[in-house]
Amino acid sequence: MSDLTKLTLSDARAKLMSKEISAVELTQAHVEAVEAAVPLNAYVTPTFEKALDMAKASDERIAKGEAGSLEGLPLGIKDLFCTEGVRTTACSNILDEFTPTYESTVTSNLWRDGAVMLGKLNNDEFAMGSSNETSRFGPCINPWKASGSDADLVPGGSSGGSSTAVAAHLALGATATDTGGSIRQPASFTGTVGLKPTYGRCSRWGITAFASSLDQAGPITRSVRDAAIMLTSMSGHDAKDTTSVDIAVPDFEAALTGDIRGLKVGIPKEYRIEGMSTEIEKLWSDGIDWLKSAGAEIVNVSLPHTKYALPAYYIVAPAEASSNLARYDGVRYGLRVTGDNITEMYEKTRAAGFGDEVRRRILIGTYVLSAGYYDAYYIKAQKVRTLIAQDFAEAYKQVDVLLTPTTPTAAFAIGEKIDDPLSMYLNDVFTVPVNLAGLPGISIPAGLSSEGLPLGLQLIGRTFDEETLLRVAGVLEEAAGFNAEPSTWWRNK
Amino acid sequence: MSVDENTVRGIARLARIAVSEEELAPLAKDMSAILDWVEQLGEVETDNVAPLTSVVEMEMKMREDIVQHENIQREVTQNAAVSEDGFFTVPKVIE
Amino acid sequence: MSENKNLVEGATGSWEIVLGLEIHAQVLSDAKLFSSAPTKFGAEQNTQVSLVDAAMPGMLPVINEECVRKAVRTGLGIKSKINLRSVFDRKNYFYPDLPQGYQISQFKYPIVGEGEIEIDLKGGATKRIGIERLHLEQDAGKSIHDQHPSLSYVDLNRSGVALMEIVSKPDMRSSEEAQAYVKKVRAILRYLGTCDGNMEEGSLRADVNVSVRRPGEPLGTRCEIKNVNSIRFIGQAIEHEARRQIDVLEDGGSVRLETRLFDPKKGVTRAMRSKEEAHDYRYFPDPDLLPLVISQEMVDALAADLPELPDEKKARFVREYGLSPYDAGVLVSEKVSAAFFESVASECDPKLAANWVTGEFFGALRKAGATIETSPVSAKQLGELINLISDDTLSGRIAKDVFEIMFETSDDAAKIVEERGLRQVTDLGAIEKVIDEIIAANPDKVEQVKAKPKLMGWFVGQVMKATGGKANPSSVNGLLSKKLGL
Repeated sequence: MSDLTKLTLSDARAKLMSKEISAVELTQAHVEAVEAAVPLNAYVTPTFEKALDMAKASDERIAKGEAGSLEGLPLGIKDLFCTEGVRTTACSNILDEFTPTYESTVTSNLWRDGAVMLGKLNNDEFAMGSSNETSRFGPCINPWKASGSDADLVPGGSSGGSSTAVAAHLALGATATDTGGSIRQPASFTGTVGLKPTYGRCSRWGITAFASSLDQAGPITRSVRDAAIMLTSMSGHDAKDTTSVDIAVPDFEAALTGDIRGLKVGIPKEYRIEGMSTEIEKLWSDGIDWLKSAGAEIVNVSLPHTKYALPAYYIVAPAEASSNLARYDGVRYGLRVTGDNITEMYEKTRAAGFGDEVRRRILIGTYVLSAGYYDAYYIKAQKVRTLIAQDFAEAYKQVDVLLTPTTPTAAFAIGEKIDDPLSMYLNDVFTVPVNLAGLPGISIPAGLSSEGLPLGLQLIGRTFDEETLLRVAGVLEEAAGFNAEPSTWWRNK
Repeated sequence: MSVDENTVRGIARLARIAVSEEELAPLAKDMSAILDWVEQLGEVETDNVAPLTSVVEMEMKMREDIVQHENIQREVTQNAAVSEDGFFTVPKVIE
Repeated sequence: MSENKNLVEGATGSWEIVLGLEIHAQVLSDAKLFSSAPTKFGAEQNTQVSLVDAAMPGMLPVINEECVRKAVRTGLGIKSKINLRSVFDRKNYFYPDLPQGYQISQFKYPIVGEGEIEIDLKGGATKRIGIERLHLEQDAGKSIHDQHPSLSYVDLNRSGVALMEIVSKPDMRSSEEAQAYVKKVRAILRYLGTCDGNMEEGSLRADVNVSVRRPGEPLGTRCEIKNVNSIRFIGQAIEHEARRQIDVLEDGGSVRLETRLFDPKKGVTRAMRSKEEAHDYRYFPDPDLLPLVISQEMVDALAADLPELPDEKKARFVREYGLSPYDAGVLVSEKVSAAFFESVASECDPKLAANWVTGEFFGALRKAGATIETSPVSAKQLGELINLISDDTLSGRIAKDVFEIMFETSDDAAKIVEERGLRQVTDLGAIEKVIDEIIAANPDKVEQVKAKPKLMGWFVGQVMKATGGKANPSSVNGLLSKKLGL
């Protein structure tokens, strides 16, 4: 592996600014790493030529002293983000060879600040999944292996390509999206940092929608600092997204003071779920100890409706998805299968275009919105959502952040859960409540499982208080001192 | 079982996704398992709870009535599997 | 409920027709409801389409404030309750000209609630019709079915244009009432400037709900006739549909709840094939949009800015100008007619002005296929003509001739009268001379008229003929009576 790919995003930025390295060199190193990592299946549409062009332009800007905050830094982009002139599929067959004529706001912001695009990253089809196994391009493979086993593991999902690319040093950072845990769970599974900002912090414009009231873009990186740097660029009000909030974007990096003395950290008792493994328990209590040692006050809190978050989510998200995905009808873009009449064309196109999980969710969503069931399912779930949001609001009267595990287990094997939707859904038990309440959350690599696989801890912040969240995350990261790396087995294949 | 094969057929029709006869039974089983599982929400007392409308407390911004537009007929139709003379085309619809 | 005088006779007794209307009125705005693409009518296919209107992946709606303001203004104009908080919902269904696979509309919480308008019926009668609601929604694109043997073409230019759907209560009982309702709503919209009311271009369309029942019985099953696009067709569609339902019921059948289309060529309604399938729109709040919250101040400001509306104008015309309610009603039915009348009336006698505007003037426009905007005769010119009648320069009959010439040439009345020597003869001596000559030349008629006074009309005719119609009719009548000893 080239040394240049080992840099964190912030270190690389420093070396570029001091002209110790060039953007072209840095990009070239990543291009080579990606080319050598085909078995991971992280990139579904590499854009190396574009990357090198962008890097060249970055070097010119650096030379002229016009560098942006992400100048010359090569990133991977989840295939949910529409990228102008670059095929965008959400890893679904239904989008076929769709090539947008526009650029999503979030990626536009990155390019505005000088970042370099290495290519589009794998994900679960339309971000529906927790293992990146539902992609039309096939599963993305976790760079990590359990000790003593050669079995391929899932990198988490839906942003599996993003987590894999960052963990395997195939990008300095990656964009991702999180609807029920799709940033934090893959980060936890790959030993990376995954930050889901407050709903409304980043514009959703140009991001293929899954569930509009839950979707939020964020970064996956190798450090908390890198996450703060990327978020500063990605976020901001966008007049094209009515749900994006019009407040100033702070310099999130400046929030990393390392000082959390006197901060109150809540430990929600309901997250101690039945059958939780001792190693997750241990990880959590380590986290509590680290924060306590750093001067934070630990407060036990209760989020009584936690148990109902997952079932509420699996009504709201599919309902919104069933409507959001109605536009994929073969008429204006994407796949089209001919039929004798319009209905047949729709039905054949959508049957061929959507995979099993997406189809399942569209059907569930259609069902819960249909006449006679709407109140019992959808309205009920939205009421429960109100209660969940109130639980958090109550807790934040006492504390500044919450600390929980990110996932109930470490990464599992490819194929292990794909035929059992419910057990797959349970992966998101700790992450889903955060989306339902629109709060910011971050997963920090905090330790290794008994099998040598990464495990993450999750911090949950107040609405639009990513600064405190990042400050605590920085301290947790420092204390955990996680520096394990996967072996580079894929390079020998 | 919350949903039977007939229900799946009807829902699939509503969602415009062709489902073969063989797929109906497994889909009914999967969907029932999920729907039975979400039934636990019934335990939650929600009589005096308002359904959540938005997680962010803010007013919806509006835009001014200003046309910002260029003719993008080509861009709009270039990703279509078929188009003719600037029109999208579909199998004939009988109203 | 008042007694219905509009019962329809069937073979087995009388029936009552019950009608409710949903009017779709395109909001007058430059840009679309949720995108910045233009709303202009008649552009080349798919040239007025933004990425949002084509429902490209990741596109989001942003609401146009002007459309909100116009909806509120309209709500105030139809005397309805304004809801300060309303919610946009998605109405889900698949159709080629519905790119998102859903229409953004307002279902449970519309921006405007209940209200009422008064419609004008024949003979100056009025009736109150309840308004159920008004909500904002997106228009769909257009599917063209007759350009290709096996394909439909889809043009999204209209996709996303703002519509106000105005839903009435089922308060109408005849096609005449339904037509009067549409006319009244259209007039109000035009007065308010919130919709151009152009039915030919589709900026105003109506869905008509028709049911029939025996008087006093509960409501029957209704059929919805979609997208009827002229007032005449609304009448025809209702007449046909009511008759069809009565026939079905009298034959022992039952009416099916269904959506139908009116075929203007055949004058019949038929069931829509594409709507045969039971629909389930799966409404739910659009998560891309926050609830629409407007301030009481905004509503108050819009209320303060309302123009005089047809009913108020009508009352004022009756009060200020002494017009009959019927004439006043005719004049205010279109904003431009009312304005034209007022400008004529500012020049001359208002009652005469009303007669002339609703009579000769409208008649001439109709015959020429012209409009007030394109009329060759201005309000000022018409006022001057009427003044020539008032000051006895012209007789009413000659004035009509003068008006015809004015309509052809756009010349002023005075000029025409001068050039053609049409000034009325009021010189009694001159008239007397003519009368004497006629009496002298027709001794037999003079004998007859003594027995049959009605024959005086013949003498009047002769005098008028001899004077080229210019003799003042009342002078002629007075002199003749005296001379003939009647």
